[in-house]
Amino acid sequence: MSSLSCAERDIVFGDGHCFIHLEHKRQSPKTMSLSAHDKELIVKVWTKISPKAAQIGGDALGRLIVVFPQTKIYFSHFADLSPSSPQIKAHGAKVLGAIGEAVSGIDNVSASLSKLSELHAYNLRVDPVNFKLLAHTLLVSLSATLGAEFTPEIHLAWDKFLAIIAAVLSEKYR
Amino acid sequence: MVHWTDAEREAINTFWAKIDHEEVGHQALTRVLVVYPWTQRYFSTFGNLSNATAIAGNPKVRAHGKRVLDALGDAITHLDNVSATYAKLSQLHSEKLHVDPENFRLLGETLIIVLAGHFGAAFTPTIQATWQKFLAVVIAALSKQYH
Repeated sequence: MSSLSCAERDIVFGDGHCFIHLEHKRQSPKTMSLSAHDKELIVKVWTKISPKAAQIGGDALGRLIVVFPQTKIYFSHFADLSPSSPQIKAHGAKVLGAIGEAVSGIDNVSASLSKLSELHAYNLRVDPVNFKLLAHTLLVSLSATLGAEFTPEIHLAWDKFLAIIAAVLSEKYR
Repeated sequence: MVHWTDAEREAINTFWAKIDHEEVGHQALTRVLVVYPWTQRYFSTFGNLSNATAIAGNPKVRAHGKRVLDALGDAITHLDNVSATYAKLSQLHSEKLHVDPENFRLLGETLIIVLAGHFGAAFTPTIQATWQKFLAVVIAALSKQYH
């Protein structure tokens, strides 16, 4: 419970009772919202990692396939599925490129990734459970790259951001 | 019974020996409480958990993080029978603590991220896979006595 006194709250009734006028977060009905602070942290990290984005993407995708081998089924057309495979690295770079687009359009991720959302819904039809798995390995790659700089608050902001991206990618499935 | 290859046992034991239990436990628990704030429901007696700084500085969080990692050590010592080793702990979490087993998964994922942060590239995809397998076994054992 908040410890603000009545004098500090902004709505006070004549009899001394009071309550806090809560700022209602404008939540999109489908997704959680990013606070201004979350966005700041997301952009800050992106700026820092963007020179290595391709490498991080390749690392995350490589981890996905090793840690969750069932995800291989989506890459049956790749000759080499090891983490060092050029196809895996290229595809990982592509994924991080899309994340960069989402960062650039962070105030409306749904609009920024609209085409990609359609691609996943109508062509790729990747089961949405896999977005969570890739989000996890992306966080692992970010943590491995940034070490202590990947603070709990940055982890939180990126976890939310990747969940929003996952929701946007799934939103046209049915 | 879970089958462990020699390489898996090696990966688990080698990394375990390098981990500072208190520090890693503290970081993992701090992160869970920050990243998934609803988990704070289980720690109403811990005092100030009002923001990330408070959580990270909270001595009860630190103590509890160490306790969790020490318990993980038990599982590592008894890799061939984690279920039996954790029977009482599982019962405790179900009947006394009333912890939703989903939280074991959240802590497991978070621990992987903390290990990656500590070890960087040395925490290779294969080693990550081994640790994820180990934590899946731990989570199954902790969930087993929920009826």
